[in-house]
Amino acid sequence: MRIPCPLCGTRDRREFWYRGAAVDLERPAPDAGVEAWDDFVYLRENPAGPTRELWYHEGGCGAWLVVERDTVTHEIGRVALASEERS
Amino acid sequence: MRFSGLRVLKEGLTGNRGWTPHWRDPDPNSDYDVVIIGGGGHGLSTAYYLARDHGITNVAVLEKGYLGGGNVGRNTTIVRANYFLPGNSEFYSHSLKLWEGLEEDLNYNVMHSQRGLINLFHSDGQRDAFARRGNAMLAQGDDAVLLGRDELRPMLPYLNFDDLRFPIYGGLYHPRGGTARHDAVAWGYARGADRRGVDLIQNCEVTGIDIEGGAVKGVQTTRGAIRAKKVAMVVAGRSSQVAALAGMRLPIESHVLQAYVTEGLKPCIDHVVSFGMGHFYISQSDKGGLVFGGDLDFYASYAARGNLPGVEQVMEAGMALMPMIGKARVLRSWGGIMDMSPDGSPIIDKTHVDGLFVNCGWNYGGFKAVPGSGNVLAHLIATGTHHQNATGFRLDRFRTGRGIIDEEGKGSQHNLH
Repeated sequence: MRIPCPLCGTRDRREFWYRGAAVDLERPAPDAGVEAWDDFVYLRENPAGPTRELWYHEGGCGAWLVVERDTVTHEIGRVALASEERS
Repeated sequence: MRFSGLRVLKEGLTGNRGWTPHWRDPDPNSDYDVVIIGGGGHGLSTAYYLARDHGITNVAVLEKGYLGGGNVGRNTTIVRANYFLPGNSEFYSHSLKLWEGLEEDLNYNVMHSQRGLINLFHSDGQRDAFARRGNAMLAQGDDAVLLGRDELRPMLPYLNFDDLRFPIYGGLYHPRGGTARHDAVAWGYARGADRRGVDLIQNCEVTGIDIEGGAVKGVQTTRGAIRAKKVAMVVAGRSSQVAALAGMRLPIESHVLQAYVTEGLKPCIDHVVSFGMGHFYISQSDKGGLVFGGDLDFYASYAARGNLPGVEQVMEAGMALMPMIGKARVLRSWGGIMDMSPDGSPIIDKTHVDGLFVNCGWNYGGFKAVPGSGNVLAHLIATGTHHQNATGFRLDRFRTGRGIIDEEGKGSQHNLH
C-alpha cells in the first residue's frame, strides 16, 4: 500500500501511522452526553468497502491526512489534509 | 457412523468404500427455536452445546459460504489458557478443559496436541511479570512453570539466547498449552451438531433480521425467510455488517492479521514458542510445516491478505529469535479478519433486542476459545443468564466503563491492541 500525501507525494505505507476511522474530525461537545461519547470513542461503522480514515505522516511531513480507502481491496482514493477537511 | 481404530483398519482393507458424509445437507425449514448466524468454529460449537447440554435441537446454523470457511480456517491453531485477568482467566480455563475432553466427546480426531507453550522473557522486570502471570494461572487451577535460562536451553536449543537487544532470560512454560487441527475442530462440531438434529445450512447468507416490538422474530436469507424464537450472531470477521442488520453499531474495528507456513520439515520445534517482544510466535504442524505469525498490519481491512511491511517485520523477528529458520522456505501466507475490540477482549452478551444474542470481538484469540465460547453462549441462549465462567464479556462495558478487561494493559481504545 502506498499513500499519496498531498505535501510529499506518493510514499510507502511504512511512513504512515494509522489512527482509525475519521471520527476525530467531528468530536462531540464535552456535555454531549454518554451516548454521543460512546458513539464517538467506541462504536464504529467498520465498513467492508469504502471508508474514510485518519493517517499521520510520521515518517514524512508530519501532517494528519484524511484518506479514503477501500477495506476490501486496499485501494486508496482521495487523500486530503485533515486541517482542510475539518468542518 | 462411529470412528474407531478398528473402523479405520477395516475401511483401509476394503478400499475405503464404507465412509459416508459427515453431515446432512438439508434445506432450511420455515421455523426454528434457535437460528445461529455463522457456521464457523464458534457458531458450530454453540449449536453442538445447545443440543448436548440443553436438549435444544430444533436449531439451524446459517452459513453464507461453506462450514469452517472463515477464521477457523485462517489461524495458527494455538490452544492455551495463560490469561491473567479475572474475566478472561476463568473463561479460557473453562475452554481448555473442554478441549481436553473434546475428541472423546465428539468421536472426532481434532489432533489436539498438548505439546506445551513457552512465553519467552528478556529482562528481570519481564521475569517478575511472568512469575505473577504464572501464579495467576496456578490460582485459576491451570498449570505454569517458570523456567530459567539454563532449564530452557535444553528444551529450545535452537534459539539465539544471546541476542544483544533481547537476550533470553527464561520462559513461562504452560505444559497443557498446544495446538489442534483447526479444520477438524469445525468439522467435528459440525458432525456432532448434525447427529443431534441441528440443520447445517450452507450457501445461505442472512440479509435481514426481523424485529417486531423489540423482539427478534426471524431472519431473511438468500434461501428465504426463516422464523426463529432466538437468533445468535456468531460471525467474527463480519460482525459489524450483521449487527447493522439489527440496527446496531458495535465497538469493533476489523483488522488483518497475517500468518505463514513453511515447506514441510523434519520435527525440529517441539513446543509452541512465543517471542512477545518481537510479536512472533511459532509451532510446527504435524505435516512438518513451521506455522508462525506476528502482529496486526494495523489498518482496517477485510481483504484477508496483508501487505509486505507486515511480512518483513515477522521474518525479521523470526530470524532474530531462531536464525535456523532462514533455511526454511515459506510455502504460503494468509490473513485472518480480526474483530478488534477496544480492550482486546471478546463480547458474548444479549443485545437491546429480546432474543437476539451477539458473540464477537475475538481479536486474535478466537481459535482456542471455540469450545468455551460455544459452551457459554449456548448456556446464555438456553437459560437467559450468563455462564459463571463468562460473566465479564459484556457489550456495555465500554459505554459504562465498568468491567473493562484490558489483558495487555494498553488501554481501552481502538487501535491499541
